[in-house]
Amino acid sequence: MTIIQLENVHKSFGALKVLDGVSFSVNKGEVFAIIGRSGSGKSTALRCIDRLERIDQGKIQVAGHEVSDPNLDPRQLRRDVGIVFQSYNLFPHLTVAENIALAPRHSKGKTRAEARDLTDRVLAQVGLSDKANNYPEQLSGGQQQRVAIARSLAMEPQVMLFDEVTSALDPQLTAEVLKVMADLAAGGMTMVLVTHEMAFARNVATTTLFMHHGRVWEQGGPEMFDRPQTAELHQFLGFGL
Amino acid sequence: MSFGFNSNHLMFLLQGAGWTLVLSLMAFVGGGLVGFLVALCRVSPNRTLRYFSIAYVQLIQGTPLLILMFLTYFGLSILGLTLPAIVAAGLSMTVYVSAYIGEIWRGCIQAVPRTQWEAAECLALSRVQRMRLVVLPQALRIATPPTVGFMVQIVKNTSLASVVGFVELARAGQVVNNSIFEPLIVYMLTAGLYFLLCFPLSWWSRQLEHRLLVTQRIEVSAI
Repeated sequence: MTIIQLENVHKSFGALKVLDGVSFSVNKGEVFAIIGRSGSGKSTALRCIDRLERIDQGKIQVAGHEVSDPNLDPRQLRRDVGIVFQSYNLFPHLTVAENIALAPRHSKGKTRAEARDLTDRVLAQVGLSDKANNYPEQLSGGQQQRVAIARSLAMEPQVMLFDEVTSALDPQLTAEVLKVMADLAAGGMTMVLVTHEMAFARNVATTTLFMHHGRVWEQGGPEMFDRPQTAELHQFLGFGL
Repeated sequence: MSFGFNSNHLMFLLQGAGWTLVLSLMAFVGGGLVGFLVALCRVSPNRTLRYFSIAYVQLIQGTPLLILMFLTYFGLSILGLTLPAIVAAGLSMTVYVSAYIGEIWRGCIQAVPRTQWEAAECLALSRVQRMRLVVLPQALRIATPPTVGFMVQIVKNTSLASVVGFVELARAGQVVNNSIFEPLIVYMLTAGLYFLLCFPLSWWSRQLEHRLLVTQRIEVSAI
């Protein structure tokens, strides 16, 4: 069952064409990795899915929402789609538990008790139950990123988007974040991740998409990493691994 | 020196200092309330509100407080609206403070990183919720040092209310001096009392600023 569908999506920033007719679809429960060089349009594609960027042309459907419809209420979309950023973007004035409970309380109208249960559950899921009362600045980068993942999970989304979530972390912290993401994938969460972690994409992703010059250049399963069809992916993997 | 400075004069000055405090408080509360609205309008997505608030700020910042005082006290009375000196002074101070503090607070709201807005947006919070729950609490922390610092300006500028006959500290100094002709002593004392009102504020502001810098440094090093 398709949960995300992009059809011939075009997006420019001024004179710069970032997405040049991108089409792909993601099935429910799939772990979908997008790889490619910096500037290939992979992050922009992800941001378009969550409507952080408006597209110029084409069609995007996500979890039953017409993202490309100008009349869409973005709040409806974002109740079903979670996103985690490279820079965590936790709220520094709130504790970990408050960061997590904020949106369920105010956007989904959960009671205090419901929100607390939810917070306990997602914190256990990312292995940070003991940090509920800490402030973000008291945590390591890896822990902050796991809190950010927990915060998105607390919205009980149908799809989770990850935008280069380990790019700011050292290898050890990267590993702990990837572990959480692998657990999520094993739990059946639909995930779209823009990543530079080739090993993770190869081992965890069901489908990997290689973007180049704003286009879908190559797409396939894990075997794509061993037998790239295009010269560009071949070269990219050669430099990337 | 037989009719020199005595305790009655000192009491009179202290009373004036008390009224300076009252007027400062009126200015801060009134100016803060209006200024908060000005700051919200300045960052509003609504173009009309934005332009209107810019015009307001420019108009007030381009007008001397002294003239605002004349306008509210003498100008309005021509229109049949005669205000007591303290109300006229409080009103002009409110208008004056709102234009400046509104701009200070706008800067503080805009100093909260865009990524915080974005993160809140992606959690399906409405614009009002993003502002109230995420941005304003962080802006408040940034705003505290410059706001307290600006309170020093408020206290000092209340001295202009003497021109509409309101007997605050500056006017009290004039009155005492007019009776004993000891300008050096009287105005030194007046200045000293202003200093006593202002110094704790500027000291507090510096402390707050220091504390803010320290926490920011911790945050930066943690990333």
